[in-house]
Amino acid sequence: MDLAAIVLDQILTSIASLILISIGLAVIFGMMRVINLAHGEFIMLGGYTVITSVNAGINLWFASLILAPLVVGAFGFIIERTIIRFLYGRMIDTMLATWGLSLAMVGAVTMIFGNTTSGVSTPLGSMAFGRYELSNYNFALMGVAIVTIVVLWSALRFTRFGIIARATMQNAQMAGSLGVNSAHVYAITFTIGAALSGLAGGMIAPLSGVLPSMGVQYVAKAFITVISGGSAVVAGTLSASTLLGTLDTGTTFLTTPVFGEVSLLIGAVLLVRAMPQGITGRLFKGST
Amino acid sequence: MTFRGSIIPVLCVIAAAATIVILPQVVELFTIINATIYASMAILTLSLALVWGYCGIICFGQTAFFGLGGYAYAVAAINFGDSTPAIALALLVPTLFAGLLGYFIFWGRVTDVYLGVITLTVTLILYKLFNATAGDAYHIGKAALGGFNGIPATPLMNLPWDRKTTLEPEDIWYVAATLLCLAYAFVRWLLSTSFGHLMVAIRENEHRTELLGYDPRRIKLAAFTLGGAMAGASGILFANCVFVSPTMFSLLYTAQVIVWVIIGGLGTLVGPVFACFLLQMITAELGRLNWLNPNFVLGIILIAFVLLMPSGILPTLQRIYDKFSWPILLRTERRRPAQ
Repeated sequence: MDLAAIVLDQILTSIASLILISIGLAVIFGMMRVINLAHGEFIMLGGYTVITSVNAGINLWFASLILAPLVVGAFGFIIERTIIRFLYGRMIDTMLATWGLSLAMVGAVTMIFGNTTSGVSTPLGSMAFGRYELSNYNFALMGVAIVTIVVLWSALRFTRFGIIARATMQNAQMAGSLGVNSAHVYAITFTIGAALSGLAGGMIAPLSGVLPSMGVQYVAKAFITVISGGSAVVAGTLSASTLLGTLDTGTTFLTTPVFGEVSLLIGAVLLVRAMPQGITGRLFKGST
Repeated sequence: MTFRGSIIPVLCVIAAAATIVILPQVVELFTIINATIYASMAILTLSLALVWGYCGIICFGQTAFFGLGGYAYAVAAINFGDSTPAIALALLVPTLFAGLLGYFIFWGRVTDVYLGVITLTVTLILYKLFNATAGDAYHIGKAALGGFNGIPATPLMNLPWDRKTTLEPEDIWYVAATLLCLAYAFVRWLLSTSFGHLMVAIRENEHRTELLGYDPRRIKLAAFTLGGAMAGASGILFANCVFVSPTMFSLLYTAQVIVWVIIGGLGTLVGPVFACFLLQMITAELGRLNWLNPNFVLGIILIAFVLLMPSGILPTLQRIYDKFSWPILLRTERRRPAQ
């Protein structure tokens, strides 16, 4: 019974962190068809924002829920204006440019902060559950993931900007001829995606600490999740995270964390083989 | 074939052979070892230039095969005590891996950017996997995988079936440089065959090639597997001049190869190979400056090239050359009519 609860807690945490680390990428990729290889470094930047702010005496929650998304969102906006906007429609070039950005960011952060892990202690303590201890921070992670999903879904579904953004994503030219400034929509979407990555970095920082090269750990997982999810941003991320998170944690429990990740990869490869358009290309069609 | 058309390749062969033989006589050992590393990386670059530049397969995970080749070689050589079967096995492992991965990718009709993302992801997962193999629990036969540290005691090659005579660093330079020339000649030859033309046809228009009755999946799988084998061979050479470690799978190595191909010029062979040598020399020089991070420099170079010179150096030079149409020098075999 206790063990079942622990496993459930681990699975839900794994799903929540998968949702958080891939939702920013899903927004940028799903809506703009821009493959952002600097996604992991956006997360890293969010993490460093939190660590630096906490060391400067700022409240952890303020730093990770508000400062990290703001800083990374602003950074994303600058990047969109200076690099990405020249490359729309050239997917491979965008991918290469963001890869260059990723390397440059790792290099720059290494030069500034050094190649060491720094961190803050995980807040909220833990809760005894039978013979085991559950970290309360896991619940915070789940809460933030749920709120993010709900807010993003409602924003895309019910707000004016959501409708414009979805219209631009479906047919930029048509939206443009109806008076939508698609350059603005792209800039805002990229900024939102970057901000969401910053939020993920901010939430993850107290758990795993930050390191200049930490992005690598997340970028592969995020890409697998987004590709398995398919074109629908929210439904795709949600379904793929649930599936892959369960697979990962289940295998980890039966073997070791390494095989958990390998099973995640194999699961995703088989999934893409069976459903080349991702989960939402086959099921849940027409969802957001 | 004109007189000039036949003399230039001959001159190239003579120049290459002279460089291979003379270099160890004139420079110190450290430079030879570095040159060997560059040559091994050049074979890896060549494999990507073939797969990506000529068949249009955006493989961002060429180092997966490179690393697997290196690891397979090290593990097998430690276990067998003789490098001859180890080399055979080390060619087989990445080739099979590429074949299997390619089957899933091409039969799943995964194309362009998705392909890039999947191959990149595979490399990153392998990187994590090999990083996690620290400790006594992870060993294959007598070879401990060593996690982050890799296998520092990677055995050197010996003469075939003669485990007593191991090769000196100079000998490995001869092997690597000769292999690079052979690989280049092989790729050139391959591109002149009908298989090579099919590869280019797929790059240009996969759909049309399919409608003409070819099966692009098979051709792409063959090209991808071949690229995997070449990358594996490059990994074996690399293992012989450095040693195998998870770094071989790292993002930096993967990125480097792509940067070389992009800068040299996608769709050329000479460009990427030269860019590979040149940029490694530059990075080695920059590495001596402690305050500057090589990642940072590489990233900025990549962004600059994508934004300002997306087709790479060699095609740009060719365009300038064509524009001014300088009549003399080097004008040989380009502009052959399409066959």
